[in-house]
Amino acid sequence: MTTTTTSDPRRGLGRYGEALAARYLRERGMRVLERNWRCEHGEVDIVALDDDGCLVVCEVKTRRDTAFGDPVEAVTVAKAMRLRRLAAAYARAHPGPAAVRIDVVGVLCRPGAPPLVRHVVGVGS
Amino acid sequence: MTLGLGRTRSVALTGLDGTLVDVEAHIAAGLPAFTVGGLPDTACAQAPDRVRAAAHTAGAPVPPHRVTVNLSPASVPKRGSAFDLGIAVAVLAAAGVLPRRAVEDVVHLGELSLDGRLRGVRGVLPAVLAAARRGERHVVVPDENVAEAQLVGDVVVHGARSLEQVIGWYRDAAGGGSLPVAERRVPDGGGSGPGVDLADVVGQPEARAALELAATGGHHLLMTGPPGVGKTMLAERLVTILPPLGREEALEVHAVRSLVAPVGDVTELDRTPPFVAPHHSTSVAALAGGGSGVVLPGAVSRAHHGVLFLDEAPEFRSSVLQTLRQPLESGEVVIARARQLVRYPARFLLVLAANPCPCGMAFGKGADCTCDSRDIRSYTSRLSGPLLDRVDLRVHVPPVRRAAFAEETGESSATVAERVLAARGAQAERWSPAGWRVNGLVPGYVLRRPPYRLPGSTTVALDTALDAGRLTLRGYDRVLRLAWSSADLAGRAVPTRDDVATGLVLRRAEGVAA
Repeated sequence: MTTTTTSDPRRGLGRYGEALAARYLRERGMRVLERNWRCEHGEVDIVALDDDGCLVVCEVKTRRDTAFGDPVEAVTVAKAMRLRRLAAAYARAHPGPAAVRIDVVGVLCRPGAPPLVRHVVGVGS
Repeated sequence: MTLGLGRTRSVALTGLDGTLVDVEAHIAAGLPAFTVGGLPDTACAQAPDRVRAAAHTAGAPVPPHRVTVNLSPASVPKRGSAFDLGIAVAVLAAAGVLPRRAVEDVVHLGELSLDGRLRGVRGVLPAVLAAARRGERHVVVPDENVAEAQLVGDVVVHGARSLEQVIGWYRDAAGGGSLPVAERRVPDGGGSGPGVDLADVVGQPEARAALELAATGGHHLLMTGPPGVGKTMLAERLVTILPPLGREEALEVHAVRSLVAPVGDVTELDRTPPFVAPHHSTSVAALAGGGSGVVLPGAVSRAHHGVLFLDEAPEFRSSVLQTLRQPLESGEVVIARARQLVRYPARFLLVLAANPCPCGMAFGKGADCTCDSRDIRSYTSRLSGPLLDRVDLRVHVPPVRRAAFAEETGESSATVAERVLAARGAQAERWSPAGWRVNGLVPGYVLRRPPYRLPGSTTVALDTALDAGRLTLRGYDRVLRLAWSSADLAGRAVPTRDDVATGLVLRRAEGVAA
């Protein structure tokens, strides 16, 4: 990820989407363990624990419109593979949970409309 | 979230055999993906990209979920882009855009372009024939293929220009209506036969008689003669004296044509038998059929129910000529591949033309011939063997003398065709209980045994030739066949001595061993 200045509106949108996603996951009974966890392979947007004890590594994608496709469409096969590596790295660093799962949350923030959240469970198989 | 299952129909072709394919689409939760399973080839596996773009343009985008399409039975290879429309309709039905029940019993064929237009595809005729045979009642085909699909009688054809149009139809039909039926296309004239006539040929009475016999009994023919005497001209006119194709035969001919002709070329049933003349540089695959990936029919199948003319026959590579033996024997070509066995029909009348020697001048006294005897021997020997065994008629076509111009013009194709048709009727009556249609297909032993055995007084010339070793037993059978054809042409119930003599004369040609 390239570093951007705090005045970049895209960065602001991303942070807003991540916050929204975290709230969404909490409302569905998950416990958010970490936000923006970093390691040598990259960054995980949200790490959470499902109510059945499954570790959830979650990628958040936020978009203003669907001109370049649905937000979750931005997660390509290559990105899903990277998320798997990140999940493995997190599980090694924090042993405990029996199962690991990778989710993607897409947030669509159309101007003048309430944001739309779409949660795709169990990606990267 | 729209989850669901959609199902519709299409047809996969293996050669001319169509398999009805269930196109199933499933939409499930997951990252957006669009995969096609069920043994698609490259073009078919790329269908998702075309369908996604076309559906977007048509205003009914493919939902951003995990879309899985299966083409079942998965064991049959699916080739080409004709599955695009079926896949699009199944996916949109799964998404709830189209009514699921309405699309289930309709066969869809056609390639989608990125802007949603429906493009014509090859092989629509055999595909629709297969669908109709399996009891399907409705087919949606691209507009370009409507006339072709309508050649199949017992099926309702719907011709669409775009995916948008198809979507509109199904939405309208959801209220209890039905899809609009394509108007019957009236082909714009054209097909007025080959435009040649036997009357164009000057002289050559012997070759004319041989052509007539060939057309009558389905006897293969070899013509030898110097360049420029009209061998090609004669061969081209053979189709004008053959009986016109029946409806079933014409459908078979056009089904083959549908696989190789440009899209939209097959619009009406042309009852003239096909005439196919491959060049002598042709390859085995071009003659017998083949190709990488899709196995296409070759020249022998394009000549099905018609005439295959090999000009300069000795110039063909011997491996190419050898491939003719299987279709000559069984009336079909079988092309074996690791995954599939493709059959194409190939029952044709073989006409070979050859020069008497490599330089072409070894006729008459052969004074102008510049070939040495070894060249001539190797040239003529290229045609001998099993291939020539199957050629009943061997005639020499001599150079035309000026006196021939003064003769009255020969009979027209129409006159000869009439006689041939009558003689075919007689053969059908005689042989149909045993399953043969023409004298050329009757096994020799049948003609040598009662009730078809001819009295010794009739066959005396033939018996003498056999005893003297001038004729093999196989040659004996061939003369008998020709004698029967000659009798049928003359309207006689049983061949006479003259018919046998005709047969004997017409299977000998200079320069080629009998």
